[in-house]
Amino acid sequence: MTDMNPGFFGRIGIAFGAFFGILGNAAFAGRVQRLREAPEAPEAPDFAAEAPRPAAAPVAAAPAPAPAQPAPSVLKEASPVAALQLLGLLQRDARFIDFVEEDIVNYSDADIGAAARLVHDGCRAVLREHFTIKPVRTEAEGSRVTLQEGFDAAAVRLTGNVVGKAPFNGQVSHRGWKVEDTRLPKLAPSHDASIVAPAEVEL
Amino acid sequence: MSDIDSNENQARYSIGVDLGTTHCALSYVDMSASDGEKTAQGVLPISQLTAPGAAEERDLLPSFLYLPHENELAPGDLTLPWTQERTFIVGELARSRGAGTPIRLVSSAKSWLCHPGVDRRAAILPSDAPEEVERVSPMESSVRYLTHLREAWNHAHPDAPFDRQDVTVTIPASFDPAARELTAEAAAAAGYSRMTLLEEPQAALYSWIQKSAGGWRKQVKVGDVILVVDVGGGTTDLSLIAVVEREGNLELHRVAVGEHILLGGDNMDLALAHTVARKLAALGTQPDPWQLRALTYACRSAKETLLSDPTVEAVPLVVPSRGSKLIGGSLRTELTRAELTQILLEGFFPQVDASARPVSRARVGLTQLGLPYAQDAAVTRHLAAFLGRQVNALAEVEGLRHQAPQGATLLHPTVVLFNGGVFKSPLLVERVMTTLNAWLAAESAPPARLLEGADLDLAVARGAAYYGYVRRGKGVRIRGGTARAYYVAVESAMPAVPGLEPPVQALCVAPFGMEEGTDAELPAQEFGLVVGEPVHFRFFGSSVRRQDQVGTLLEYWQPDELQELEEIEASLPPEGRTPGEVVPVKLHARVTEAGTLELEAIPRGSSERWKVEFDVRGGLSGDMRADQGMGL
Repeated sequence: MTDMNPGFFGRIGIAFGAFFGILGNAAFAGRVQRLREAPEAPEAPDFAAEAPRPAAAPVAAAPAPAPAQPAPSVLKEASPVAALQLLGLLQRDARFIDFVEEDIVNYSDADIGAAARLVHDGCRAVLREHFTIKPVRTEAEGSRVTLQEGFDAAAVRLTGNVVGKAPFNGQVSHRGWKVEDTRLPKLAPSHDASIVAPAEVEL
Repeated sequence: MSDIDSNENQARYSIGVDLGTTHCALSYVDMSASDGEKTAQGVLPISQLTAPGAAEERDLLPSFLYLPHENELAPGDLTLPWTQERTFIVGELARSRGAGTPIRLVSSAKSWLCHPGVDRRAAILPSDAPEEVERVSPMESSVRYLTHLREAWNHAHPDAPFDRQDVTVTIPASFDPAARELTAEAAAAAGYSRMTLLEEPQAALYSWIQKSAGGWRKQVKVGDVILVVDVGGGTTDLSLIAVVEREGNLELHRVAVGEHILLGGDNMDLALAHTVARKLAALGTQPDPWQLRALTYACRSAKETLLSDPTVEAVPLVVPSRGSKLIGGSLRTELTRAELTQILLEGFFPQVDASARPVSRARVGLTQLGLPYAQDAAVTRHLAAFLGRQVNALAEVEGLRHQAPQGATLLHPTVVLFNGGVFKSPLLVERVMTTLNAWLAAESAPPARLLEGADLDLAVARGAAYYGYVRRGKGVRIRGGTARAYYVAVESAMPAVPGLEPPVQALCVAPFGMEEGTDAELPAQEFGLVVGEPVHFRFFGSSVRRQDQVGTLLEYWQPDELQELEEIEASLPPEGRTPGEVVPVKLHARVTEAGTLELEAIPRGSSERWKVEFDVRGGLSGDMRADQGMGL
């Protein structure tokens, strides 16, 4: 989903990036989870209860393995709570779900652009409020860099003519993004994170 | 960090609380880690609900109180990090909930707290709530904001309990003694046991001094007169502070404060939104109340863009539909620079002459139901009136080396300090400076300089925390004491003429410039109090009569010299006396350490002291009361 128009959607991509970062990157989600558990033990939501059907999950510090998996796996199931929370914030402040769920085929670019402004402003506000995001590489895109032996392969992805040994010389085609700090709201134990936007009924 | 000072009673932190009309903030100085002009200061991120069941930390606590319906929220939705027992909401969630359900939202409690037309201790807010909503008093809602701040502090600093720290709470310089007293009372009710009041413009200057880390001595010199222009979310507050020399040191002396003006940034956003709404209506779209609120919000950020970047000509505004169809139902329009200039610059900051004065219309009928907003929105006209009224304010200041120019019609400030988020805009700063400097140039005075480097959002809280530190003798203090002299009405001893109000004299009971912790002399005059019955006195304040001493009796004064404040009420309990007996008493004034004015009645030939209360039950009408105290 990254090879779309770099303008507006490129920026939306930041929102996607953070969102899927939690969904897809177990280590990152784990960090978020630890962050949420550490300072506020009684406040931390009961993750076991939030996991799908934790019927026989005993009280254990490690994240409960998904019941569908027959054998113990080293792969961790990401907690959906933080992802749902972020989705809720994006909907509340940026009308994110409304925007993505709306059928845009029949609208003019001007109409979509007007709505996109709103979504963009909101997404940006959510990201700035809840994350500290910095580029992985500080060099300008297009400049040449040398990667020494032992570089962090998770932070820098090699593409193209990947042969030989480090040091590798190449050109930065994307600076990358890393989240240095995550500040998600603390949740009450009873809070149902799956309601990312409550229905509104005006009396 | 668990090491508490060896002296248990010595506070480690000086805490500054900005109790604002639209936002509260808390800053602190760690006094054990500060030395001289090097201070270790922080701002407390305030835990608050931002959505049902979700708490976050923000630097500002919106001053909003929401009183939810019992079925409105799920159990546990109001859980704060430190308690689950809350039936109301304070802060960000209160504001966002209240946008959808204004009948349950209390806002601008601070403006209600100094509204002389209502009973501030009565449960009257929200003012337009239906019967079944349990209302709260303006005082109670301030107590709840202050309590939230105390709890947030205690949660974040379990090793340094709030009630053992030195706390400074800020108030507008224009607050009258009754509003100061109510704020102090609210703080006490919220568990603030060691509390001092500080005027907001002074706090802004303290913050600037602290930020300069000693450099302020190079930026101002003896003879400078600093004008502080503080435009907050809901109020405009003006103060003049002179730089004087005493015993070879620079000292700051607050010489005058302005009137109470209910006019702020929120009025500006609202004015813009209404203009844009009219534009939409002309095109055939009528925004509903919900959309109007969204439009106000959009206008605020559009205003900030236009005011900070002079190359932008127009900012598009999009108001989303309320339903889940985002694109289909959006309203689209724009805010242009021409509109902004017309409304903000010409409406709120017009370039007027120094002789301009705020326009006041006679209020029609019963207007006491709402807040008494300023009738003239032009900040510059209020400023002209303030400088004009205070033209002679510097005559009495010692050590200023000030030579009042002949024939000046306004006081000439030499430097200006701005405070409040409104002045993040260089255009507005420039407009005020240009207008002021045109007035100065017309009287051949040098132009005023701008004090740079103010922190516009958090300056008041930061300055308040710094003040608590300075009070211990660690830096320069702003002196000046009370900015008003106070008088009680005495009926003159002349035969009553039917149909004519008996002429009233004003007896000075507290002179201008009383410092905290000082007592006024005892006046020679005595009043007759009826034992067992409350007796009311009309009470006046003057921000210009600097020479009157205790006992000065005014028979005549200019209408704008004395402002009538709320009545004061004295009652003598019947113990040891016959009810109905008339006892002669003297009225004694003192300014407490906390910064409130206290009046006492002292019976003749006795050491008893009876507190005289400010009557804050509203109904200030200017009429004479039947039970007016008699002059003896």
